[in-house]
Amino acid sequence: MSPQIAIKDQIREGQLFSSRAIIALIGIILTLLAIITRMMYLQIIGHEHYTTLSQNNRVSIQPLAPTRGLIFDRNGIILAQNLPTFTLEIIPERVEDIDLTIAELVQIIEISDNDISRFHERLKQKRRFQSIPLRLRLSEEEVARLAVNRHRFPGIEIAARLIREYPQGNLAVHAVGYVARINEKELNEIDPSNYAATNHIGKLGIEKSYEHLLHGSVGYQRVETNVLGRTLRVLDRTPPVPGEDIVLTLDANLQRTAKQALGDASGAVVAINPKNGDVLVLASTGDFDPNLFVNGIDHKTYNELQTSRLKPLFNRALLGQYPPGSTIKPFIGLAGLESDFITPKTTLFCRGWHTIKDDERKYRDWKKEGHGVTNFKKSITESCDVYYYDLAQTMGIDRIHDFLAPFGFGETSGIDIGGEASGILPSTGWKRQARGEPWYLGETLIAGIGQGYTLATPLQLARATAALANHGNTIQPHLLSYVALSNNEKIEFIPDRDSISINKINPKNWEITIAAMENVIYGLRGTARRINHGQPYKIAGKTGTAQVFGIKQEEEYVAEDIAKHLRDHALFIAFAPSDDPEIAIAVIVENGGHGGSTAAPIAGAVIDQYLSLDFSPGGK
Amino acid sequence: MNHSRSYGRWIDRRPTGRFTTRSLHMDWPLLFGLIALSGVGLVVLYSAGGQDMDLIWRQGIRLGLAFGVMFVIAQIPPHHIERWAPWLFGVGVLMLIAVLIFGAIGKGAQRWLDLGLFRFQPSEIMKLAVPMMIAWYLAENTLPPPRRAMAITVLIIVVPVVLIVKQPDLGTSLLIAMAGVFALLLAGISWRLVGGMSVLVAAFTPIVWFFGMHDYQRQRVLTFLNPESDPLGSGYHIIQSKIAIGSGGLYGKGWLNGTQSQLEFLPERSTDFIFAVFAEEFGFFGILLLLALYLYIIARGLYISAQAQDTFTRLLAGSLTLTFFVYLVVNIGMVSGMLPVVGLPLPLVSYGGTSMVTLMAAFGILMSIQTHRKLLTSG
Repeated sequence: MSPQIAIKDQIREGQLFSSRAIIALIGIILTLLAIITRMMYLQIIGHEHYTTLSQNNRVSIQPLAPTRGLIFDRNGIILAQNLPTFTLEIIPERVEDIDLTIAELVQIIEISDNDISRFHERLKQKRRFQSIPLRLRLSEEEVARLAVNRHRFPGIEIAARLIREYPQGNLAVHAVGYVARINEKELNEIDPSNYAATNHIGKLGIEKSYEHLLHGSVGYQRVETNVLGRTLRVLDRTPPVPGEDIVLTLDANLQRTAKQALGDASGAVVAINPKNGDVLVLASTGDFDPNLFVNGIDHKTYNELQTSRLKPLFNRALLGQYPPGSTIKPFIGLAGLESDFITPKTTLFCRGWHTIKDDERKYRDWKKEGHGVTNFKKSITESCDVYYYDLAQTMGIDRIHDFLAPFGFGETSGIDIGGEASGILPSTGWKRQARGEPWYLGETLIAGIGQGYTLATPLQLARATAALANHGNTIQPHLLSYVALSNNEKIEFIPDRDSISINKINPKNWEITIAAMENVIYGLRGTARRINHGQPYKIAGKTGTAQVFGIKQEEEYVAEDIAKHLRDHALFIAFAPSDDPEIAIAVIVENGGHGGSTAAPIAGAVIDQYLSLDFSPGGK
Repeated sequence: MNHSRSYGRWIDRRPTGRFTTRSLHMDWPLLFGLIALSGVGLVVLYSAGGQDMDLIWRQGIRLGLAFGVMFVIAQIPPHHIERWAPWLFGVGVLMLIAVLIFGAIGKGAQRWLDLGLFRFQPSEIMKLAVPMMIAWYLAENTLPPPRRAMAITVLIIVVPVVLIVKQPDLGTSLLIAMAGVFALLLAGISWRLVGGMSVLVAAFTPIVWFFGMHDYQRQRVLTFLNPESDPLGSGYHIIQSKIAIGSGGLYGKGWLNGTQSQLEFLPERSTDFIFAVFAEEFGFFGILLLLALYLYIIARGLYISAQAQDTFTRLLAGSLTLTFFVYLVVNIGMVSGMLPVVGLPLPLVSYGGTSMVTLMAAFGILMSIQTHRKLLTSG
């Protein structure tokens, strides 16, 4: 651009701009006139109309909360219900001095400091015209005392509300979950209209994942109020639509048996019906009473729960990632059979340890003196480590990975309550990506006995066991059995993952593996022979002991010398009846020592109870 | 693009060497209007906020900060602002993209960028950066802009607008689009083109409706068309706010005496719907005075832009002033039920709002343009 043209342009452009600015100003004035016209329409012509409306603005709209759907176990036992309770509530905008009112209320009924601080917290979150609960669960006597004094307190209300209650307490808290006050983050994610009257929202488990079914839709009523805003009469009413009732696959009695069998030990039990993925038991010990959370848990109790050694809030069944230990052996053995690295006749002499070339280290067997001549069946029955060091070394980690992946190791199971850990199924690729390091042969060896990097959740173990029981048919575990609609129709659970079939495996190899697993229980030297009490059906299982604490090469593991929290985890997987499986189970007892002595009896108790109906003289 | 672009040099309008009130670079008539408006705002807010003095203090501090920003920016000579325009625009677009990426990771709406020390909303920057960029770009061309320049200008508008719609923030994207359109109009594009573009926008509306809008945004528009359909949600807002305005009448119910606002029928009365409180308590005549005050500020802004000495400053000042006007119209339009609820505050009156600082920064730019003069050089 030459300066000459620029100067000439400046003048012309300045004029152009000025004319445009004047047009803009005219446009602005016209727009303002339009606004003024609108104001005249509202304020002069419509004045009388709107004045009447504003004087009659005693008609207010009140949202009505829908009743939350109930949750049942598979046999119709109620797991979550709604109890009517009386609540003392305050509508802030109708109270002149809130602190004074509360101080006076304290003289009539008992209100704890905790109640008051919770009230103030909610006061900040809610609008001033919404009522805020101050005291929950009033007794009848308290209701009466408040009613007598009610004239002294404009703006307080005694509301009959339904409060969520879990009659089974902590029985299935990690599966059912709980509801609690809606927090600010959730407030942004929900439809504010639909939750206008709702104070609680599902926070965990079924209550959270099926919130959309359980909640229902809001209703509202127009009410006429007096000058103080107290309701005089209801003008019209759109009733809320209650939430749907949900029936779970969980068996509450079985769950109780599992929990009792676990006792004080911390651990988890997961049982699945391998035919359809119904989760029958989902227990994690050290759990907590969900009713504590419904009305807001106080800090002290919450801190106790959080800092407790048992970690009750932690759902071990879904989030606990443990080395699977020897429970991985049937899967690896099956891989070996299928890939022809071993046959049922292949034997190996176990002298109690295994070494690899150019490595001083001794990979030890749990049995110091060794198992002697060992074939496949014996390797499972007695859980020979050396056999699997050798097999893993021959197969290589990537082949193991590829074979185990379809069983669901290393990926979430897709259970319908979410919040599960994915575990780890290591491979050379995984290690390069996750750790940025190459894979070492020694790591393959310990992966062969389910140690090292390999991690699985109890749910994953149960699912893999179910796939084994099914001869390769994988299932998506789920807790929802069906939604019971009000018109008596049912909506069954529909899996959102395809069930894949690990079908290319020689049927004979399934049978060999399962027979070896039966021998774990019924063999003379089976590691879980103590749960054999002559059941009318056969159980197939595998014990496991997962190392928590690394012992040095020349040291010996002596349980008594090691602090409890560093002792080995005990594991057990099983399914029964082995010829037509109806239940697949995974048990882990943290720091429980040997799988055969601690974990297996728990599985045995659950299986016995579940199958006793089938095999009792009366039958099902 | 012309790489050896000369930005010229601007100095104090009347340099005297001594310190006088002129050295403060304030445009006193504009400052007077802004202070008067903020004052009115605090008075209404006191009533709307339920006589909460804390609220007034917080708003006062925010106003103080905003005026401080305006003062600082007024000291910067326009050639610096012009030089920064493309950089600010570029950085702004990058930050918008960053917000979208982090938003995608965090799932859900995301307008903020967390810079560790403080969080900050890149779309606010774009309210200034888009008019600056357009003015910067058009200043390089002859006016009225040739077709190629027009196309690039449209691109400068569309890119940030689309990014902000994605956040999703309809109100801000509307403001920025309008700022750009105004800059084009002021640059002198032909009326025929304006007509053609209007038709194009009308044609795109259905596409935006079906593919560009979130459910809740569509719901808002539907609610606007039929407020009674959602009496618990935003329909309730519109119904109550119309009652508030209408019942105000000619003279209003008097300060602190509005029943709609004092009895809290009116939602969001200290923020987006504060105009309804004003209308209820001060009536039609009050509104006339308030609109007169806004018109005064806008007219002063247009005067400053017409007086400006080069294309960049003219276009920038004009476009910023008209953006301010859009705020006003959209807010009053939504409160009085003429426009859908978009969620823009009444400028300088509504409580809070990060937009106040941006708004005052824009007025700082206007003051800088008014109080500096360009040295005309032959280069």
